[in-house]
Amino acid sequence: MSARRFWVFIEQEEGKVHPVSWELLGIASRLASEVKEEAHAAGDTVHVECILLGNQVEGIAREAIKYGAERVYLVDEPELENYRNCPYYKCIVGVVRKYEPEVFLIGATTLGRDLAGAVATSLRTGLTADCTGLEMGEVKGSKQRLLLATRPAFGGNIMATILCRQNRPQMSSVRPRVFPMPPYNPEAVGEIVREEVPLDEKDTEARILEFIHDQAESVDIEYADVIVSGGRGLGTPEGFKLIEELAHELGGVVGASRPCVDAGWISYAHQVGQSGRTVRPKLYIAAGISGALQHKVGMQNSDFIIAINSDPNAPIFDVADVGIVGDLFEVIPAMIKNIKARKEALA
Amino acid sequence: MFHALVAIKQVPDTTNIRIDPETGNLVREGVPAIMNPYDAHALASAVEWKRKLGGKVTVVSMGPASFTVTIREAVELGADAGYLISDRKFAGADTLATSYVLAAVIQSIHEKDPIDVVFFGKQAIDGDTAQVGPGVAVRLDLPIITYAVKIRDINLAKRHIVVERKTERWTEVVEAPLPALVTCEKEIAEVPFAPLPDLIRSLRYEPEVLTMESTGIFDAEHVGVRGSPTVVFKMGTPPLPEAGEKINSREIGVEAAVATAFAKADAAGILSSVLGGVK
Repeated sequence: MSARRFWVFIEQEEGKVHPVSWELLGIASRLASEVKEEAHAAGDTVHVECILLGNQVEGIAREAIKYGAERVYLVDEPELENYRNCPYYKCIVGVVRKYEPEVFLIGATTLGRDLAGAVATSLRTGLTADCTGLEMGEVKGSKQRLLLATRPAFGGNIMATILCRQNRPQMSSVRPRVFPMPPYNPEAVGEIVREEVPLDEKDTEARILEFIHDQAESVDIEYADVIVSGGRGLGTPEGFKLIEELAHELGGVVGASRPCVDAGWISYAHQVGQSGRTVRPKLYIAAGISGALQHKVGMQNSDFIIAINSDPNAPIFDVADVGIVGDLFEVIPAMIKNIKARKEALA
Repeated sequence: MFHALVAIKQVPDTTNIRIDPETGNLVREGVPAIMNPYDAHALASAVEWKRKLGGKVTVVSMGPASFTVTIREAVELGADAGYLISDRKFAGADTLATSYVLAAVIQSIHEKDPIDVVFFGKQAIDGDTAQVGPGVAVRLDLPIITYAVKIRDINLAKRHIVVERKTERWTEVVEAPLPALVTCEKEIAEVPFAPLPDLIRSLRYEPEVLTMESTGIFDAEHVGVRGSPTVVFKMGTPPLPEAGEKINSREIGVEAAVATAFAKADAAGILSSVLGGVK
């Protein structure tokens, strides 16, 4: 009899949790349920757990329980106040070695990807980057189900499913917003286990001298409810003014396809797609975007997609719930007018 | 004297990659091979600092003989020496086995000719993993600075580097002791036009080829397929979602088209929930 542990890294900075952490807890719960039957038959137990690092972050540990963690391993140290690669990966490796989780998921954020590669290498185990699909599947030659991690490769043109047969934990970094948020249960109970990992002086040698906050760049498209995105069909950078106006009317934010960002029409923070952000707003409006695969993989999980393109054969229409074939410079003003009229009617 | 080492990779221009619908195999024919763009910018930064501080830039690349052109391209852009790590036994390596080989080579170069900064691109555009740089740093026990957008200072006397790195939330200014490993965004430096002497030199440049046998530094257990804990289980094209209805605004008029589209969003409960939140 053994314990099969499904682990999640809880990412926090300045006491703010990156929501992908909760999405990961949702995935871990599902993965755990996928092996419950075989574990039960073998007399094994299955656990959904997470690891949290920081300085005075016990409140976050309690939140994690409400999102589905049975147990939170907490390393709470002043040295861990700000994320730094070396002390973070060494602490995590220490705790992973102690409990030997079977699966370990980390958000594919800048912080998570910086961390995951270091943790996996230190543990000499397999890591699949930037996954968009995860399941525990039966694999020939393996008694237990294995983590089947699916990810886009070659700019989203190909999906590859990767597995890690022997080494443990089976690690994946997971794209934010690909998976839904799990239910929040304020009554949930769980355990917080404090861990201590000794650090050398050398581990904390790299220092952060300064944080620079760039206001102009602080657009959060990942978690926006409404996104209006523009593509090459806008013709010029000025075309984004119209996009912005519609986004403003809808209380949303502005997205963009890669060619617009590459051309310098708008900053990278707005880029939707495989090489930008994955989004899943309630409403996604794509204007003048042809729909390259690399864009589609980043937005096809949106609840409702409206595409506007003058080319009736544009691939963007394949993922749209509704497509409008027409000139965006006519369609968007009509949309703005329509929304304004609706708001007046509501007022 | 400054010694920078830059790890570079040759990649297919990913915008042209597709899968053969009949065979399910990758179609690589006719797809141009390029130096991974992030690596080109990392190299440009290394060359800039070499010109400032005096010293040299060494490049390493792991791959088949065809990668020689990419090393020549690096020489054209200002690299002084290049090594091609090439052995059939390295084929099929995942990121763990790749970081093993690169780390062993970098270590052996460092022992002969100490390295101050190891440069990587932030990721390669074919795999997009961003795992090999951190992996090499861990294996060599070097401080790592990922997503670097600017190197403010490299101080060889005080033995430190100061780098701006961009995260999703802010830009951090990080100071780390040398030697250090930096993975670079495109903003780190502009890729320059090659000066004529470098261009001429690159045409005939032959990189030193490092194999299992010629170096004797690799353990066969840790390279190639044997050293790779992950395997590809299956590959395919992304599933096609079901296409929705198409409305032609030229036929029914723009306002009617918009009204029809919004009515569908209403029916799905989308627009009311969106507008409910807007003041």
